[in-house]
Amino acid sequence: MRSDLVVLSVAFGYLALLFLIAAWGDRRAEQGRSLIGSPNVYALSIAVYCTAWTFYGSVGRAAQFGPGFLLIYLGPTLAMLLAPFVIRKMVRIASAQRITSIADFISARYGKSSSLGVLVALIALIGITPYIALQLKAITVSHAVLVNYPQAANLRLADEPFWLDKSFWVALVLAVFIILFGTRHLDASERHEGMVAAIAFESLVKLVAFLSVGVFTVFVLFQGPGDLFAQVAATPELAERLGLDAVPGGATGWAGMLVLAFLAFLTLPRQFQVLVVENVDERHLARASWLFPLYLMAINLFVIPIAMAGLLLMGDADPDSFVLTLPLSADLQGLPLLVFIGGLSAATSMVIVETIALSTMVSNQLIMPLLLRTRRLHRSASGELAGWLLGIRRVAIVLILLLGYLYHALVGDAYSLVTIGLVSFAAACQFAPAMLAGMYWRGAHRRGATLGLIAGTLVWAWTLLIPGFAQSGWLDATFLEQGPFGLAWLRPYALFGLEGWDIYTHSLLWSLTANLGLLVGVSLFSRQSPLEQTQAALFAEAMHPHLLQTSLWHGQTTRGELRALLDRYLGTGATARVFADATSGQEEDAAAPASPTQIARAEQALSGALGNASARVLINSVVRGEALDLESILSILDTTSETLEINRRLEQKSSELAQASEELRAANERLRELDRLKDEFVAMVSHELRTPLTSIRAFAEILRDSGELPEEKRLHFLDVVVKESQRLSRLIEEILDLARLESGRLTLNPQRLDLVALARHSVDAVHHIQEDRGVALEVAIELEAAPVIGDPDRLEQVIINLLDNAGKFADPAAPRVQLSLVRHKTHYRLAVEDNGPGIDAQERERVFEKFHQIQRPEESPDKRRGRPRGSGLGLPISRGIVAHLGGRLWVEEAPHLGGACLVMELPEAPPAAPEA
Amino acid sequence: MLSAPRRRERLLALMLLATLLFTPPLVLVPDRAAAISWLPLYLFVAWGLVIGLAAWLMEHPAPPPERTPPEE
Repeated sequence: MRSDLVVLSVAFGYLALLFLIAAWGDRRAEQGRSLIGSPNVYALSIAVYCTAWTFYGSVGRAAQFGPGFLLIYLGPTLAMLLAPFVIRKMVRIASAQRITSIADFISARYGKSSSLGVLVALIALIGITPYIALQLKAITVSHAVLVNYPQAANLRLADEPFWLDKSFWVALVLAVFIILFGTRHLDASERHEGMVAAIAFESLVKLVAFLSVGVFTVFVLFQGPGDLFAQVAATPELAERLGLDAVPGGATGWAGMLVLAFLAFLTLPRQFQVLVVENVDERHLARASWLFPLYLMAINLFVIPIAMAGLLLMGDADPDSFVLTLPLSADLQGLPLLVFIGGLSAATSMVIVETIALSTMVSNQLIMPLLLRTRRLHRSASGELAGWLLGIRRVAIVLILLLGYLYHALVGDAYSLVTIGLVSFAAACQFAPAMLAGMYWRGAHRRGATLGLIAGTLVWAWTLLIPGFAQSGWLDATFLEQGPFGLAWLRPYALFGLEGWDIYTHSLLWSLTANLGLLVGVSLFSRQSPLEQTQAALFAEAMHPHLLQTSLWHGQTTRGELRALLDRYLGTGATARVFADATSGQEEDAAAPASPTQIARAEQALSGALGNASARVLINSVVRGEALDLESILSILDTTSETLEINRRLEQKSSELAQASEELRAANERLRELDRLKDEFVAMVSHELRTPLTSIRAFAEILRDSGELPEEKRLHFLDVVVKESQRLSRLIEEILDLARLESGRLTLNPQRLDLVALARHSVDAVHHIQEDRGVALEVAIELEAAPVIGDPDRLEQVIINLLDNAGKFADPAAPRVQLSLVRHKTHYRLAVEDNGPGIDAQERERVFEKFHQIQRPEESPDKRRGRPRGSGLGLPISRGIVAHLGGRLWVEEAPHLGGACLVMELPEAPPAAPEA
Repeated sequence: MLSAPRRRERLLALMLLATLLFTPPLVLVPDRAAAISWLPLYLFVAWGLVIGLAAWLMEHPAPPPERTPPEE
């Protein structure tokens, strides 16, 4: 089952399957039914982050250094949480500027500088090649383990000829794959849909394979996680490896590794490729921002159990191979093969994407600028250059893979898997300052970015790369201990005497310090060219909703010239696509001047194929005169942001204005209402005053005119006159009270008194009248005493008024009124309720308005009692009095009788001073 | 959709929370809590929590605009 033939046919069969999937994906894309237009596929394609390094190396690292390996995945989790901000901006910039690689991104930001592009491409090439080598090594080693088990796979690559090395052939097959699916079109900004589909599929395969080993280890080799960890806990030297002490550098190393993974996730060329260049729809980021971390968590779930199981069962075997050797040791046939395929898929997906990203950089940033300098190229025939470009890219792919293979064959043995990966991570991190500062700080300058990149990379090489060579035995390792030329402060692992850190955190600290320091420092003292200013503004303001994306070309050229230029570089087909919309319905006239939009479109198309810097050179070669009106772009950008700011302020002002006018309207309404009430009041008062006056006058006239009235009738008339006069004076008294309350001239005579006694007294006072009306008056007072401060006469007036009101509004058939007095915290509450119809919730506050008279809805004219309900002044006056005494008066639902309930609350009087 | 600034704020807060959970000194707590380190378990639980919150935040349909019932 594990014969070489079976293993090889399965492996190459799997690669053939990838070809099929990629071809299918490309077919669907051509038919317009994209396979990858889903956020889930996007999240899976980002999982190209998990390479063979994850697949085999995580277990190795967990076995040696404990949970520190998880940081490699926690960093990207943090980065993905920021995806809706940072990565979305990157995607938007890249699609606006037709950016195809991170080198292109950085070069475009800093004024389409070709030298910066060259620098980034070179750093990526140096930093990432070992990483590709690592994948090839993983394939070789896993194959050897699979075939040779149980003998140790102690192969020496250098000892056997390369044509016997399987990874050499795998590399060649991958080269064919990448050439077929990675360089179909010249326009690299057209996405590689087939390739992305294959990558997403590979992500599923490696996840399934790893989870299978995990489940097998935990539930077949052991009786579940409890059993496994009980055995681990029983072995102290294993239990130690679960803790932070096993992590190199302790807490500092922990934080450093987190930063390293966070930055590398954003800057690794292959991550930039899948995250930004291959992004179909920026809305996919929302799903990916949690689905991708979930994938990372799932694939890491069993790493520690497998590492621990391997240490328990396999002893001192190579921990990088535990994933394979554990199922092999159980004499299984199928599972090891699945694991091998999982590892193969992890390795190949990384190699495919990384190689495409690197080959784009090499052709666009390194080769094209060189070619453009040779005169001969400009005179070449139509489409010839398009062929050249694709050829360059294909050769670059093969060369990069061969370079990776060479590195693998010559150096690879010296490192364990994770070490190589982390060295590459640290190299990629050098792009982070230039990239992130460029996206958020308009002042970042090309010279600062260049110097920062150079310095950071030099520090990285000195603190990580060269010591690695030394440890491989290529260099004399004494400088590690003593420093070069005996300069101890230059020791690579303890720069400036900083000792005791783990080497990655140490390298990251110094390289990023140098990088960022120079970037900021130099930028602060440099002046940007107009082109760089524009690009900086376009990058920093990329999320600006109204950003104008057209370049304002002011120079002159003819359509014919422009067409010929595109024709030479992109071929006839692509040229026709670019001009398709622009010339539809127009007579094509080669001598007519090209419009600014057409020039901009042509530049964009060239950028997608050749990179920003080269595209600018080419367009400049045909456009005469002032090529680009940079000033006006800048002023447009600044004007739009200014206009937006002004708009925002205007909006704020207008909303303030609307609010103010609303308030005014309400106030006006209120005034009208008050005015109406006042008129009513005057009418009512006149009426009230006139009624008693009329009867007084009538009876007085009778008494005056008719001399011989019987004595009893005369007395009766006099009695009426007296009563009406009393009513008149009571009304006037009320009006005066109100006037005093309003003007604050009401004089009260506050003193300590007992509310219980006062309430009983008031009840007695009205008892007689209420009884006459047939009102059943109940009193519910359980308190002994209720000391308050108040004016007894005024308070009695209030209580009588409440009782009187309640009596008037109680149910006419069987009127009931209840007075209760309770203590509520530090207050006393006196409530008077009736069994009438109650007061509507929205009316409750209005009854305290002056002159307000409650209308009883069911009250029909014929049932109206002879006289008005009252002056409408009793409650306002009562509330005024209570408020003067520091209390409150309000209406609520009657708790017992179902009608209205008026509650008067007064604070408890402080304890009386002891009698002297 | 949640109103954009609100979602931004929540997402940034979640990012800060995750950073806090994944870095010292907080990771020292489960590491020193018992004789055998609980750090791996803690990391996975915290990780799952952060992912769950992110998923809820990104996939959650927006609640209707908050409005208190009119007071009467």
